[in-house]
Formats: sequence, structure tokens, C-alpha cells
Amino acid sequence: MSLHVLDTPATAPPSQVPALLHRTGAAGAAILSRWGLLLAFLLLWQVASVQGWVSASVLPPLGTIAGALWRGIVGGALLDDLAISLQRSGLAFASAVGLGIPLGLLMGQLRPVERALDPILQLFRQTSALALYPVFILLLGLGEASKVFVIFWATLFPILLATIGGVKEVDAKLIEMARSYGATRATVFRRVILPASVPQIFVGLRLSATTALLLLIAAEMIGANRGLGFQVMNAQYNFQVPLMWAAILLLALLGLAANAVLVLLQRRLCRWSADAR
Amino acid sequence: MGAQAIARRGEVAVRGLSKSFALAGGRLNVLRGLDLDIRAGECLAIVGASGSGKTTLLRMLAGLESPDAGEVRIDGVPVRGVGTERAVIFQEPRLLPWLTVLGNVAFGLEARGLPPPEAEVRARETIHLVGLADFEAAFPRQLSGGMAQRAGIARALAVRPEILLLDEPLGALDAMTRMTLQEELARIWRDERVTMILVTHDLEEAILLADRVLVLPRSKGERPRLVDVALARPRDRSEQNFVALRRRLMAELSLH
Ligand SMILES: Nc1ncnc2c1ncn2[C@@H]1O[C@H](COP(=O)(O)OP(=O)(O)OP(=O)(O)O)[C@@H](O)[C@H]1O
Ligand SMILES: [Mg+2]
Repeated sequence: MSLHVLDTPATAPPSQVPALLHRTGAAGAAILSRWGLLLAFLLLWQVASVQGWVSASVLPPLGTIAGALWRGIVGGALLDDLAISLQRSGLAFASAVGLGIPLGLLMGQLRPVERALDPILQLFRQTSALALYPVFILLLGLGEASKVFVIFWATLFPILLATIGGVKEVDAKLIEMARSYGATRATVFRRVILPASVPQIFVGLRLSATTALLLLIAAEMIGANRGLGFQVMNAQYNFQVPLMWAAILLLALLGLAANAVLVLLQRRLCRWSADAR
Repeated sequence: MGAQAIARRGEVAVRGLSKSFALAGGRLNVLRGLDLDIRAGECLAIVGASGSGKTTLLRMLAGLESPDAGEVRIDGVPVRGVGTERAVIFQEPRLLPWLTVLGNVAFGLEARGLPPPEAEVRARETIHLVGLADFEAAFPRQLSGGMAQRAGIARALAVRPEILLLDEPLGALDAMTRMTLQEELARIWRDERVTMILVTHDLEEAILLADRVLVLPRSKGERPRLVDVALARPRDRSEQNFVALRRRLMAELSLH
């Protein structure tokens, strides 16, 4: 059925061949159904580039991109860009988490505070952080501060709103149950409200991580001389197309890695939830 | 040996208890001047049409709701909020989904300040008592409805209350599971010597378990009535007197 079946070594004892065929066949089918499209995409890219279906100067062969990536990493140029990009987005994301989760937990429990703050939060959230970037530059200068702040601003709201939502949606019946056993407010918070909000908080975290990367690239394209976002623009400007693709690839890997870490953390913390997989 | 000599606690006195709620501009009187005495160790069932105020009464006994007028005294002490001598079993199991059965049963004990290691030991004993020993480590989503309710019952029993307050605890279960758990509640009541106050829609359940049945009227003009269940235990649902009493309660209910 799959390519792997054809690859099965003929050295297996005859009696085991059908079982082995079946097993490798099943594993091969699983791999193919998960990675097949990605492989096909890469294959198409390679063929198109080598055969000249598209201009190889815009879509270079994969080997050329890999070479540029390797040189960038070994030579340290791309590594520096990666480090500064990580620093900017990491600092902003950590600040947003550090402020957004505690504030959200508090606001979610204090209805009057939440109601009073909601309109302005909605307004802030709907105002694109990118549109505000020039304002932040005016206020904080063109250095690191404005870049970190614009990412922080954009990542704060998904976290904050998800946390507030999570707290507000905690089943009142569970809180009443805890209260019926004489649980104090602190105990109710620690043992009911907090764990119940965790899945929602993770929705916010994952959304924020994506946003952080988006804003990082935009901020670095507008006024930076280092960083992966800068490198994408810079390489394009200097017509170093393989380097441009290498930087793009690194950005994509960064996003994948951030998401993978969050998914792993979520699985650990939400093992109890049926949909945490 | 000498069980009768132990001073039994868990006596409930209700005096002039009234409660109304704001409703569409006016007020809805749910209870008006209810007087009721429940003996220590008695099992009282509360029946009545939907909306007759059963849950409201139970919540006031639990201290989860405060009356407009009147008071509830437990062993002579007026009720102000929840208390350690009472435990509530709700219609839904209300288990915390992120805790195992063991964690859930220990939760009530821990909320009352017992150190976790001791809470765990006592939770284990109680889980055994309700027949969930094999499911200690299971999460709520892995339990059937009946098993989840058993865990909820264990959580309440673990705190060793003098008074168990149950609001249609078996109402959401299928008929077979309900019958099994009714027998189990009868056994728990007999062995644990608790005062049990049981809100139910099921007249058979009321007669099977209760010493007396409180019938709440639908119309607020009428007084609530108390019906004695003078049947020897263990009770048999198909026995003639059982059936006759059931018929009588049915008539009481439709009368109001
Ligand atoms: N918090 C509340 N606010 C307003 N009205 C309420 C509230 N709680 C109960 N009521 C009203 O009080 C009446 C009695 O409610 P209660 O829940 O005690 O009835 P019940 O006898 O338990 O009914 P059921 O058998 O359906 O559970 C109902 O009409 C209900 O609408
Ligand atoms: Mg009710």
C-alpha cells in the first residue's frame, strides 16, 4: 500500500513476513498521512526550482537555503539575529504573562472592577498594536524599549482576556461545593478557581505566542539593524535570497518551538481534561 | 455495645423560617413561617411539587442561604452559614475534574483544615465504604454517573457529619443504579447514625429511607404536612403497607 511495504527487507523469516509487512505498512501509512503533504510540498519546491519552473533566484533549491542557514549559524551572523529576536520577544512575552495572568485572575473575580475595565480593554484590544507602534517610537525612541513594548502590548490582551474569561466561566456549583465544606476564599481560589482556569489561560498563551512572533517581525522590519525580521528585509534588499529564506525558516522554527513548548506544558498541567490532547 | 449511651447530636429545630425572592417586580414567597423539629439520627424526607421550595429549605439548613425571618438551630445553636457538623450532597456529583477520586474525597477534609496525609487516610477508608476502592486513582471523566455520585457521597461522609443534607442525590441516575444506591443510603444511615435530610421527587425513595416525610404544599396558603412512615426496616417496596403509604403520599401531593 505504501512505499515502506516495498522497502521491507527480504531477510525476514518467511513465517514472520505477513505480520512484519502489516506492521511496517501500518507505521508507514501513519507517517505518510501525517508528513506526506509536507514532503510533497518540499519535493515540489525542489523540482520547481531545479527545473526552472520558477525563478531559482527567488525560490532557490533547498540545498542552497540549507547551505545559507548552515553558514549563518556557524559564522554566527544568524545566531546573533536569533538571540536578539528571542530576547525581544521573550522579554515582552514574559512581561505580558507576568502582568496578564495575575491581573486577569484578580479581575475575573471582582465583577465591578471587571465591568468598569471591560470597555477600555475592548478598545485597547481592538486597536492594532502595529498602528500604535509609531506612537511607541515617539514615546520610547527607536531602540529596544519601543520594540519590546509593542510586542508586550500586543501579547498582553489575549492573555489578560483569556484569563478573565477562564475565571468567569468557573462552574459556580463547584465554588458552592467548596464553600459548603467551609473552604476559605483563598482555598477556593487556589484549589477551584485557579485549576479551573488553566485550560482557558493556555488558549490565551498560545494565541499570544503567535502574536508575539508576528509583532516581533514587524517591529524588526521597521526600525532595527539586528534580528531575524531585520535579516529577512536586509537579505532581500541585498539580494541574498538564500539568506532571506534561512531567516524566514528560523522564524518559522521559532514559532513551532514556542507552540510545542506550550502544548507540552498544557498536557502536563491539564492531564485531567479530556480535550487536553 | 452501649451505642445508645453515646449522646447523639445532630438535632435540628426550625422556627418561623421564611424566605422570599424578588420576582418580576413582585416577591415570591417560597416558605412562610415554617416550624419543624428533626430528631438526632432521624431520617426526614422532603417531597413536594417542583418549585415548592425544597431546595431553598435545604440550602437554608446547609447555611448556603440565609432566611428572611426565623432561624434554624442545630443542637441548640443558631445556624450562621456553613458548619462542620453538616455536609451537603448535591444532585450533581460536583467533583473537581482535575482531582482523582481520592483527591476529591480528601478535598472536603482538607478544606476543613485536616493535613493532607491524614485526609488521605480517611478518604481511603470512606472510598472503601462506598465501594469505589478500585477507582481511587480515576479522574471524574472516567467515572459513570453512579460512580461519580458515590464519590460525591464519600466526600460528604468523609468529614463525618452529624447531619447529611441531600438534594435529590439520585435524581439524575438510571432506575437500576438508583435502586442500588438507595439501599446503600439506607445502610449508611443505619451504620453511621447520622441525621439525614433528603429532598426527593421519588416517593418510593422517601418511604424506603425516611422516618417521616415532610410534604411541602404547592399553594402557599396551605401548611406543610408531616407523614409518619411506621414501617419496620428493612423495607420492602412491594409490601402492602408500603404501597398503601405511597398511594397516600401521592394523594397528599396532588391535594395541595
Ligand atoms: N436565587 C433565587 N432567586 C430567585 N428565585 C429563586 C431563587 N432560588 C429559588 N427561587 C425560586 O423559589 C422557588 C422554589 O425554588 P426551589 O429551588 O426551592 O424549588 P424546589 O422545590 O427545589 O424545586 P425542584 O423540585 O424543581 O428542584 C422557585 O419558584 C424558584 O424560582
Ligand atoms: Mg430543587
